[in-house]
Amino acid sequence: MEQGPEEKTIAEEQLLPGQPPVLTPGHTFGSLTDKIGDIVLRRPFTLGWSLGVAVFGTLVMVLVFAASYLFFRGVGIWGIAIPTAWGFAIVNFVWWIGIGHAGTLISAILLLLKQSWRNSINRFAEAMTLFAVACAGMFPIFHLGRPWLAYWLFPYPNTMGVWPQFRSPLVWDVFAVSTYGTISFVFWYVGLIPDLGTMRDKAKSLWTKRVFGLLAMGWRGSVRHWKRYEVAYLLLAGLATPLVLSVHTVVSFDFAVSILPGWHTTIFPPYFVAGAIYSGFAMVLVLAIPIRRFYGLKDMITMRHIDNAAKIMLATGLIVAYGYAMEAFYAFYSADRYEIAQSLNRWFGHYGAFYWTLITCNLLIPQVLWIKKVRTNTILLFLVSLDVLWGMWLERFVIVVVSLSHDFLPSSWGVYVPTRWDYAVFFGTIGFFFVSMFIFIRLMPMIPIFEVKTLLPESALKAEVAAHD
Amino acid sequence: MIEAPLYGIMAEFDNPTDLMKAARTTYDAGYRNLDAYTPYPIEELAEVIGFHQTRVPLVCLTGGILGGLSGYLLQYWINNISYPLNIGGRPFHSWPAFIIVTFEMTILFGGLAAAIGMLGLNGLPAPYHPVFNNPRFSSVTRDRFFLCIEAADPKFDPEGVRQLLSSFNTVDVTEVPE
Repeated sequence: MEQGPEEKTIAEEQLLPGQPPVLTPGHTFGSLTDKIGDIVLRRPFTLGWSLGVAVFGTLVMVLVFAASYLFFRGVGIWGIAIPTAWGFAIVNFVWWIGIGHAGTLISAILLLLKQSWRNSINRFAEAMTLFAVACAGMFPIFHLGRPWLAYWLFPYPNTMGVWPQFRSPLVWDVFAVSTYGTISFVFWYVGLIPDLGTMRDKAKSLWTKRVFGLLAMGWRGSVRHWKRYEVAYLLLAGLATPLVLSVHTVVSFDFAVSILPGWHTTIFPPYFVAGAIYSGFAMVLVLAIPIRRFYGLKDMITMRHIDNAAKIMLATGLIVAYGYAMEAFYAFYSADRYEIAQSLNRWFGHYGAFYWTLITCNLLIPQVLWIKKVRTNTILLFLVSLDVLWGMWLERFVIVVVSLSHDFLPSSWGVYVPTRWDYAVFFGTIGFFFVSMFIFIRLMPMIPIFEVKTLLPESALKAEVAAHD
Repeated sequence: MIEAPLYGIMAEFDNPTDLMKAARTTYDAGYRNLDAYTPYPIEELAEVIGFHQTRVPLVCLTGGILGGLSGYLLQYWINNISYPLNIGGRPFHSWPAFIIVTFEMTILFGGLAAAIGMLGLNGLPAPYHPVFNNPRFSSVTRDRFFLCIEAADPKFDPEGVRQLLSSFNTVDVTEVPE
C-alpha cells in the first residue's frame, strides 16, 4: 500500500480548506515508526542536546547544593519570616503544578472530546506533567522545616497515636497532589506500553531490546488486548478529567479557605484552574516549538497543533482576565474595608509594580494572539509563551506574598524579600525540569507511534468490510 | 528427534482490510480459538472474532468504590473513634471536610484498578509467548497484521487450516511451535 504525497490524510478531509492537516501526507506505517523510533535508537549525540543538558544540568547541581544547605541550616536561609511565611516555595509550588495541568488536559480531556490533533503531542505533554509535578512536589517538602519527617503528612498507624488533620486544606493538598502524580504516571505508562513493544522490535542491540522488552511486558498487539487496553485508557481519561480540575481547585483552597483579605473568595477555584491551563499551554508551546524544529517533526507537530494550542492559551487567558476583573469588583462590591484596602494595596502598595507587570504580561500582551499571523509565527509565539509563563509566576507571587504581607493589623504588616537561596532553589527546579525533558526525548518515543498510525488513510478499513454486519 | 508441539498456524497480511476479511471468514467457518494481532487498535476486529465484552470497567468501578469507601471510613474512624479532637466545637463527623480526600481516593483506586486490571486480564506481563516464535512476528508493532488459528481449537486440523489461510490474500503462512 503505497501512499503518494498527493493523497490526503483522514483528518485532513474533515478540515476546512486552507487549514493545515494534523499529519502531513506522505507517511506510511513504516516511515512513521522509523521517524519517531530513530530519534531514540539511531540518532547520534548532538552538540545542541549535550549543550542543553550541560546548561540545565548545572542548574540541577545548584538545586542539589541549595537543598543540601537548606536541610543543613533550615528555612531561615530563605527570605520567609512572619508575616510572610509562604515565600517562593509556595509561589513555585502553585506555578509548577499549574504547568502540569496542560498535559492532562491534552491527554484526557481532548481524548474524551475526540480531538484527533492531540495524538501527536500528548506523550511529551504528559511527560511535561510528570516532571512539573515532580518540581512542584519538592517545594512543600523543602518548606516543611523538618523535611525528613515528610511522611507524617500521610495517615499511618504510629506510636504517638495521632493522625493528620483531615479538616485542613494542606492535608487535602497532600492527597490531591500525590493522587495526581500517581495517576499521571499510570496514564503515561499505559499509553507507552504498545510503543515500548515497537521499540523492542525495532532495537538492534541486545540490551536495548531487553530493556524495552521488560518495560513492554510482552505486549503483542493481540486484538483482545487492544480492546481491554482501549477501554482502560478511556476509563483513565474519564478519571483524570475530574482529577485535573480538582487538583488546582484544592490548591486554591489553601488560600480560599483561610480568612485573609484577597484570599477568601469563591472565584479562586475556577480562576486557578484556568490559570493553570493557561501557563501549561504556554509551557507546551515553549517545548513543542524547539522540538519540532530540532528533531524535524514538523510533519507530525504541524502548524495546526501550534495554532490550536495558541487558541487555547488565548481562551484560558481571557478566563483569567475575567478572574482579575471579578477579584477587583468583588473587593469593592463587598464594601469590606479590609478587602478594599487589600485591592488598593495590590495596585499601589509595596508590590504594585508586580501587579501591573502581571497585568501587562497576562492580559495585554497575549491579546496579540487574536492575530493569525502571530499564532502561525513560531518565534513570536515562543516569546508570547515565555511572557505568559513569567506573568503567571508573577500572579502567584502577588497572590501569595501581597496578601500575607498586608493583613488586618498594620502592626503585623511586613515586607518579604527573597534571598539568593530562594532563587537558587527556583532556578534549580527549572534546570531539573528541562534536564528531565532532554533525557526523556532521547529515551522514549516522544510521539505516540500507534496513535499517529490511526491518522493515516491506510489505517481505515475499506468500505466492503467496514459496512458488513 | 522430538518436534515441538504446534501452537497454531499464523497468516500475515499487509493491510487491515485483508485481515478483517480473513478473520470474518475464519470465524464464520467455525473456528473459535483464534486471535488477531495488529500494530494499532481496530475496534471492529474484536467483534469479528467474537470478543464482545471486557470486565475492565467492572474492575475499575470496584476499585473506585473501594477507594472512596476506605477514604471516607478512614477519616470517620480517625476523627470519631481513634482520636476525637475538638476543634472550635465543630462536630467530630464533619463530613463536608472529608469529601475531598474521599474523592481523591476514589480516583486513585479507580485509576490503579483500571490499569492493573487491564494488564491482569490481558495476562501481562508475559515473559514468554509462542507467537514470538514466528521470526516475522516482530513486524506486528510496525506495519503488519497477523491472524493465528490455535491448535487448541476443537476444529483444528493442520492441513485444513493451512489451506484455509492460504486462500486469503496473505504475505506469509507459518506454523508456530509451542
